[in-house]
Amino acid sequence: METNVAAGANPPLAKSARRIPPEFNIFLVLVGIALVYEVLGWIFVGQSFLMNSQRLTIMILQVAVIGIIAVGVTQVIITGGIDLSSGSVVGVTAMIAASVAQASTWPRALYPSLTDLPAIVPIGLGLGIGLLAGFINGQLIARTRIPPFIATLGMMVSARGLSKWYTKGQPVSGLTDQFNFIGTGIWPVVIFLVVALIFHIALRYTRYGKFTYAIGANVQAARVSGINVEAHLVKVYAIAGMLAGLAGVVTAARAQTAQAGMGVMYELDAIAATVIGGTSLTGGVGRITGTVIGTVILGVMTSGFTFLRVDAYYQEVVKGLIIIAAVVVDVYRQKGRKKV
Amino acid sequence: MVSPTTIAAVRASGAIPNAEYLLAVEGVRKEFPGVVALDDVSFRLKRGTVHALMGENGAGKSTLMKILAGIYTPDKGEVKFKGVDIQLTSPLDALENGIAMIHQELNLMPFMTVAENIWIRREPKTRLGFVDHREMNRMTAALFARLNIALDPQAEVRDLSIANRQMVEIAKAVSYESDVLIMDEPTSALTEREVAHLFTIIRDLRRQGIGIVYITHKMNELFEIADEFSVFRDGKYIGTHASSDVTRDDIIRMMVGREITQMFPKEEVPIGDVVLSVKDLTLAGVFHDVSFEVRAGEILGLAGLVGSGRSNVAEALFGVTPASSGSIAINGQPVAITSPTEAIRNRMAFLTEDRKDTGCLLILNILENMQIAVLQDKFVRLGFVEQKALSAQCEEMARKLRVKTPNLSERIENLSGGNQQKALIGRWLLTRPRILILDEPTRGIDVGAKAEIHRLVTELARDGVAVIMISSEMPEVLGMSDRIMVMHEGRVTGFLDRAEASQIKVMELAAR
Repeated sequence: METNVAAGANPPLAKSARRIPPEFNIFLVLVGIALVYEVLGWIFVGQSFLMNSQRLTIMILQVAVIGIIAVGVTQVIITGGIDLSSGSVVGVTAMIAASVAQASTWPRALYPSLTDLPAIVPIGLGLGIGLLAGFINGQLIARTRIPPFIATLGMMVSARGLSKWYTKGQPVSGLTDQFNFIGTGIWPVVIFLVVALIFHIALRYTRYGKFTYAIGANVQAARVSGINVEAHLVKVYAIAGMLAGLAGVVTAARAQTAQAGMGVMYELDAIAATVIGGTSLTGGVGRITGTVIGTVILGVMTSGFTFLRVDAYYQEVVKGLIIIAAVVVDVYRQKGRKKV
Repeated sequence: MVSPTTIAAVRASGAIPNAEYLLAVEGVRKEFPGVVALDDVSFRLKRGTVHALMGENGAGKSTLMKILAGIYTPDKGEVKFKGVDIQLTSPLDALENGIAMIHQELNLMPFMTVAENIWIRREPKTRLGFVDHREMNRMTAALFARLNIALDPQAEVRDLSIANRQMVEIAKAVSYESDVLIMDEPTSALTEREVAHLFTIIRDLRRQGIGIVYITHKMNELFEIADEFSVFRDGKYIGTHASSDVTRDDIIRMMVGREITQMFPKEEVPIGDVVLSVKDLTLAGVFHDVSFEVRAGEILGLAGLVGSGRSNVAEALFGVTPASSGSIAINGQPVAITSPTEAIRNRMAFLTEDRKDTGCLLILNILENMQIAVLQDKFVRLGFVEQKALSAQCEEMARKLRVKTPNLSERIENLSGGNQQKALIGRWLLTRPRILILDEPTRGIDVGAKAEIHRLVTELARDGVAVIMISSEMPEVLGMSDRIMVMHEGRVTGFLDRAEASQIKVMELAAR
């Protein structure tokens, strides 16, 4: 092929062939898992797993919050980084947002003068706190060059501490109906899907997205190509923090109360959903559509275990194994590519 | 495969011919994808001599040295060690056979002591199986006494100067009772006094019968320390001589003595006004007082040996590692270029030396690779990429540059080196630069692609782009440049006009 293209021959480039998107494989995995549960359901429980809209609704509601976080985490992982702080950011934003979302009818309001505020105030504050946490993560990583793992680990510990210190461990309850509304019904799922759509578009069609992939693919080359890598990383981490903040607000609204322990381990579920969805931990590869499917897989797994009445502790063991399997598959995919 | 102990036994019997040669390499060939690094190379190292390997960049010295040190295995030919065939499979294997190599970038562990570094893997143990530090320090002190090195065995390596680390490396090599010591540019980071000390040690080792393979770019060192030298050129062995029999000019002639057979598509184009003017550019410890001008339509060749600071100057110009002092002016206007973003804004472009490390976004496709630089300030509206228009431009560029690929959604990883390079050049041409810096634009790519890139550079010059081209390939520099700036050890040693430039003149300025 190298030799037969003579000088002068200059054929136009072929239109790029439409390929099967990588998400298709992940989608097949989802279908496979669902079918396995369906069959096991008929054998062991005597009923259908899929033909139960109530179960499916609960399932998707359970993972919507994880999904919102995972959309941010996906972007961080595409740059080659990691964010361990999201679960703790959920906790601290839930607490602070709830504290300004209390109704005047509640006898023990934290700020009696700040009750019955319109829902936009606690929601905006929650997003702002998340953004700030992410901004600090980004600044630490970009300016001091400490590894993302360490920077966000520090944020994870500090933010959790902050959420406990804020009320000395007391829960914040008595939230306004207006605030609680965003956690009711199918709203968390709608929020998740809207967020996913926005960042799907951002990653695929904007300069922000192109730079995000370029940094993950080769940070040196990205820098030489004129990308202000530091500034861009700050943006990505800030967005991830803001989405964790949104997840915190939704969590508090859903529970109609906020507790300092909210969101524990959510960061790991979000990372798991991202990786199951095909995002590579080495950076440069990943899509929001994959992450959405990964999130649903996580939900189906948990819901299916409960459906089959598998012991809760044992569920965690299996979940861990599935996450490892997803990463192993990723490693082999990378290796297979190198051989080409 | 014969074990080292058997070899020792056979050797002791005195039955082996040619055993006066510590190392004898015969007819060695080594190929890498697309390049023949060594072709039918022979080399003999006598006991108790210092044997220098000479040649331009890419002549094959380093490959030969890596074969001797067990890092590469030759495709063909044999390596005899004290008269016996050996096949080295790893650096450790070489070390156990008595061949030690001291790399240019030293391989010591900074947070361990000098003694621990020297005896690693061979630490003396106490009866309980713990490391016997006292004995280890004593052994180190004895070793240092023998080599006349004044260092504390218990000092941590990170606290030592480069010169002292070099001494530790040498002591470590000697501690293996090595018969052969390979040194790659050992003086590149040393001061004059330190060099003198190193040479004293080398002379000592020579007296003890050790054979030393010495790689250097510095002519005067050759005459000071080497007994013999072998010259390589383009992967071929040229000859071996005693250093007392030849002059500096003889050696330069041997190193460059090739006919320029390739034709370069160089065109004489009208040269315009000064576009880039650099004055006293300095990056402390790397390059100093670099001043030059490049005009529109001019190709300025930048020659010099590896480590002369050529690439560092390019990186400073483009803001990758900004200079610490000096000034840059574009079209007469002083500019401060503190980052590549700033450089691109000033319509500069920089094709880096290392395609893999600083060029390609390997896991992304060709389109994504080509469009990344131009996205800095074009084809974006309200943050959204105007993909249709941009893709069309990229495709047109790829067609113009003859990037051989079915379509641009192919991963750049799957292209040949030459086509990757063309795609990367396309990345920069899309930004319509007026100053183009090319660092080794044709390294490691096949002849056809090379010619196409040369043609392209000529066309760009014709269009009025000011080109700075760094190259280690003498024919390329001579064939393409209007003017050549030569650097040596971080300083500009001279400018040559196209008419007066010759391989010998460049080499004289490059190797002082």
